[in-house]
Amino acid sequence: MSSSSPDAAIPTNADENRLNDRVRELLASPRRSLAVIRAREAGVYVLLVMCGLFSLLVTVAILWVLSTEMLNFFSSDEVTLANFLGSTEWSPLLGSTKSFGIWALICGTMLVTVIAMAIALPLGLVTAIYLSEYAPRRVRGILKPTLEVLAGVPTVVYGFFALTTITPILHWLHGGFGVYNATSAGIAVGILCLPTVCSLSEDALQAVPRALREAAYGLGGTRFDASIKVIVPAALSGIISAFLLAIARAFGETMIVALAAGSRPQVTMDPRNEIQTMTGFMVQMAGGDLSNYDVTYYSMYAVAFTLFILTLTLTMIGNIVRKRFREAYE
Amino acid sequence: MSTAKPPKSEPKTKSTIGPSPATEAQLRGSESRMRFDATFRYVCVFTASVSVLILVFLLASILVQGVPSLSWTLLSGNPEPNPLEAGLRPALFGTIWVCALCALLTLPVGIATAILLEEFQPRSRFASWMYSAIQLNISNLAGVPSVVYGILGLTAFVGMFGLFSQADKGGGFAYEIGVEHYDQFFSEGSRAILIPVPDASKPATVPHEGMVAYDFDKNRVEVNIIGYDDPYPEDEDVLAYTLFNDSESGRLSEKSWYYFRLPFGRGVLAGALTLMLVTLPVIIISTQESLRAVPSSLRAGALGLGATPWQVIWNVTLPSAVPGIMTGSILAMSRAIGETAPILIIAGILFIMNSPRHLMDDFTVMPLQIFNWASRPQDEFHGIAAGGIIILLLILLSFNAIAVLIRHKMQKPLS
Repeated sequence: MSSSSPDAAIPTNADENRLNDRVRELLASPRRSLAVIRAREAGVYVLLVMCGLFSLLVTVAILWVLSTEMLNFFSSDEVTLANFLGSTEWSPLLGSTKSFGIWALICGTMLVTVIAMAIALPLGLVTAIYLSEYAPRRVRGILKPTLEVLAGVPTVVYGFFALTTITPILHWLHGGFGVYNATSAGIAVGILCLPTVCSLSEDALQAVPRALREAAYGLGGTRFDASIKVIVPAALSGIISAFLLAIARAFGETMIVALAAGSRPQVTMDPRNEIQTMTGFMVQMAGGDLSNYDVTYYSMYAVAFTLFILTLTLTMIGNIVRKRFREAYE
Repeated sequence: MSTAKPPKSEPKTKSTIGPSPATEAQLRGSESRMRFDATFRYVCVFTASVSVLILVFLLASILVQGVPSLSWTLLSGNPEPNPLEAGLRPALFGTIWVCALCALLTLPVGIATAILLEEFQPRSRFASWMYSAIQLNISNLAGVPSVVYGILGLTAFVGMFGLFSQADKGGGFAYEIGVEHYDQFFSEGSRAILIPVPDASKPATVPHEGMVAYDFDKNRVEVNIIGYDDPYPEDEDVLAYTLFNDSESGRLSEKSWYYFRLPFGRGVLAGALTLMLVTLPVIIISTQESLRAVPSSLRAGALGLGATPWQVIWNVTLPSAVPGIMTGSILAMSRAIGETAPILIIAGILFIMNSPRHLMDDFTVMPLQIFNWASRPQDEFHGIAAGGIIILLLILLSFNAIAVLIRHKMQKPLS
């Protein structure tokens, strides 16, 4: 390949001789048998298929592990399905009055997610519109790396930021916030989800064909008209799927809520309260002593299963929305 | 403008269609649209600058808290209970072990899957069904919270589905190599005496005359067993290897560097395998993208020269996709370095004073150590947590810089 490129150095005599030697050598070497080559091709293919099946195996393993361990959980005398799905009290660590009402944890997760999305969705979408439709090249050159860095910061750093910076600020603004509260965690999760929303929405906006934009400008539309009335509706499926993926991400976010949201599961709408999310409970369990295989240990799997089903549903709906409801223009 | 007639009562929606003259209302409308556009632009600039401000604020707050606690001790010390002497060394080596192992495991599988999906067209209906299943599965796996992978790893790697559970009850592992167990006695002369034990699940050794015993430097010694009725020896040399016949022992294990066991337990290997599950979808997706970017003319040219499909991939496609694959892999690894939740589930919060010495050793990683410090109430620990975060961010930043460098230097236009 390289010898055919136009700017390659003119071959000297020595180069030519070496090349000739190499060709002679190749011609002199015995031809490899076709059977060996075919066997190698087939072997490689089988190897690749096995690697490909590994990812399917992972999904099967997740489903199998979570469901069998959850059956273990429900086979215990202390647990009933009605209690799990009907109660709003989650107190697995109390000795005699254990209660496994998953809604207390789901409510905590929802509260954090709502706060996070109230920050991430508008900020992310508007930033994406700006990046895609308005921003001059120089501003893009600053904004894109900033978002990439924000996306690359480990979540434990955001958790630390929430605990040591956001919470004191909230406390200074309003005295009612506790040391651990849902708002602080929610804001940090929102910052974490912002790059996800922004880059996925921007991809969707960029995928809208140029012709649509030019038609909108040609009809006398301003940039605002073109972007809000034409391009955003055209890219709506991609934007919604970005939103759903961000919500799934916020559901599964662990270290921020473990550090900043506290560990008191309760059903509350007050963002100043201490709450516990599904992921926060798992961290609490893992940080403690996991050696006793009792019902509390298996409750971790039940929570994980609930979380897995919720995020998987959101991700799948997101993928379906992006594929099925895409407005195809070409 | 003033000559324009007053607007008729026509619907607003179709006002721009047709050559009808612009009415005053329409012009006023366009003026307000212009104003609206300008306002929206300001909103956009403001919103976009928010994300920059957040990043600046985040970094500033970490630096303000962390810079005072940065010291050589923080990098090279052990996680002592005193924050002034505490350091990250075991966590740093834990991160290196786990992430290197994770890269070794993930890269071949991930790149192979991407090659399968991108370079080999399905030849039967079943194959194409399987391809789409794998593809859908990967995009779904990418959305699974990492803490769920931690839970999976806890059952699949740490406990191995309980397949070896009968041995677990004795506190040992079903299958071990590279380990020697000893029962350690302390003699009347306060010397350690080691009695080799063939099987970790055996009950504690009862001292008896003539048993095989070693001193602490692995020299064979003769043990002198006495009962309470026997005369107590006075000589120091005899006392050094004298045991009462009911002395109690403690179990010791000496593990060599190749120590291996089933189930894996809470060791480095289980952590690396769990991180593998987390990073696998990321690596597959990024490799697929860089393979897709290789122009098909290159493949067609190689095929036309008589190369087999695998020869095309190995000699043509992969070499031209290497910069993209490396960039994606480095970014995936930097994600693995920062991943805390699955490691927390696998390793738990332990007090670890040593860097890992074998694949099954207990370990901790940098983000986990930072989490441990950050979750304590004392401000001093928050200070060293911030210092640890600075070190972690510097490592991640250098990874990202390498990725960017590769992207810029090695990527040549291929078509």
